[in-house]
Amino acid sequence: MSKSLLIVVGIALLFGFYGCSTYNGLVGKDVTVQDAWAKVQTQYQRRSDLIPNLVNTVQGAANFEKGTLTAVIEARSKATGINLTADQLTPENMQKFQAAQDQLSGSLSRLLVSVEQYPQLKANQNFLELQAQLEGTENRITVARNDFNTTVKEYNTSVRTFPANLFAGIFGFAAKGFFEASQAAQTAPTVKF
Amino acid sequence: MMRHFFALYLLLFSWVAAAQNIPEPMSPPRLVNDFVGMLNPTEQAQLEQKLRVYNDSTSTQIVIAVVKTTGDYPAGDYAFELGRRWGVGQKGKNNGLVLLWATDDRKIFIATGYGLEGAVPDAIAKRIISTVITPEFKNQMYYRGLDKGTDEIIRYAKGEYKSDASDGEGEFPIELIIFFIIMFVIFVIIRSRNNRGGGGGNRSSGGGMFFPYATYSGWGSSSGSWGGSSGGGGGSDFGGFGGGSFGGGGAGGDY
Repeated sequence: MSKSLLIVVGIALLFGFYGCSTYNGLVGKDVTVQDAWAKVQTQYQRRSDLIPNLVNTVQGAANFEKGTLTAVIEARSKATGINLTADQLTPENMQKFQAAQDQLSGSLSRLLVSVEQYPQLKANQNFLELQAQLEGTENRITVARNDFNTTVKEYNTSVRTFPANLFAGIFGFAAKGFFEASQAAQTAPTVKF
Repeated sequence: MMRHFFALYLLLFSWVAAAQNIPEPMSPPRLVNDFVGMLNPTEQAQLEQKLRVYNDSTSTQIVIAVVKTTGDYPAGDYAFELGRRWGVGQKGKNNGLVLLWATDDRKIFIATGYGLEGAVPDAIAKRIISTVITPEFKNQMYYRGLDKGTDEIIRYAKGEYKSDASDGEGEFPIELIIFFIIMFVIFVIIRSRNNRGGGGGNRSSGGGMFFPYATYSGWGSSSGSWGGSSGGGGGSDFGGFGGGSFGGGGAGGDY
């Protein structure tokens, strides 16, 4: 066996080794991202499950202004209309998803602010518990979103940095989108419980 | 180079900017961490004693953290982050609970670990704060508020977890050592094979899987590796936090 052949084989081996470990590392990170995404979706789902209850309670307990309620219902149906599976997490899709969810957040917080004017609602035990649940869900969404962002950043970093990006290109690992601090969230009225 | 990039990314993007004003847990580890000095030593010792006994029998860790302010961050975010960083609760069970009290902000927050969200749902946490703790705090009966509040939490969390008979901490390193030995042996075998045969490309292509790849591990919480010496609390020892995690459960309130 000639020396040059040995060298070629050696380089090929090294390349193979490195490619495998990069691939496995990327797969691991991809799975973490998927996992984090599932958690985000669970929490958003939980929120949209709570809304019909909230709307019913508010409607039943007070002669509530219609506009605020319909805004919430519409935003909810819009938000539940956008479902992203873990392999659709492109930056554009993420933006759409986030826009729809943020709109729902905005109309929800407007609803909860206007509730302040209805003392009979604020004394309603059922409503208070729903409010606590909703608040808790918003907290969970925040945590899940931040966790998701952390995993995506880690994933994107390894997909984009040299030399792993060569392998990421070969194996089809694309950079993923993440949640950005939204303008709407910054201007929305703060909900005080 | 990758490392540098990575560190830079972490620095730039971590929302954990809040972490900067989250204090390190007091040393030696204890369950009542009063950074402001709102409780006198006797009160601290009594609360500590109660929570330690509860921790010993159930492994559920209830932490009281008293800070001046949570800064720009909502009390909830601060409490989750503190719970994660300190690793309140047991790893795997995530049965930690942080009762945060920000004295300057006049805010209280109960953050429940993943594993306690069922036993202490948000609505219950909210109720404990608004009907048990807040009324006492309004009358400046801080100790009584915390005492009754933790009693109430314990009542709800009862029966959810039991403490393990054996201490799991000693086992982990042994497994790790065995794992490394096996990895080393496999590595040696592969290397010797590669050295022997020129056409070993097929055989060794699977070798990549032995390379440890990084997995995301959350805010790596410190596991209970601090010495087990007991603080001023007296009574039973508290060995440190177990590495539990928090997912946003809980509720808060003003007083």
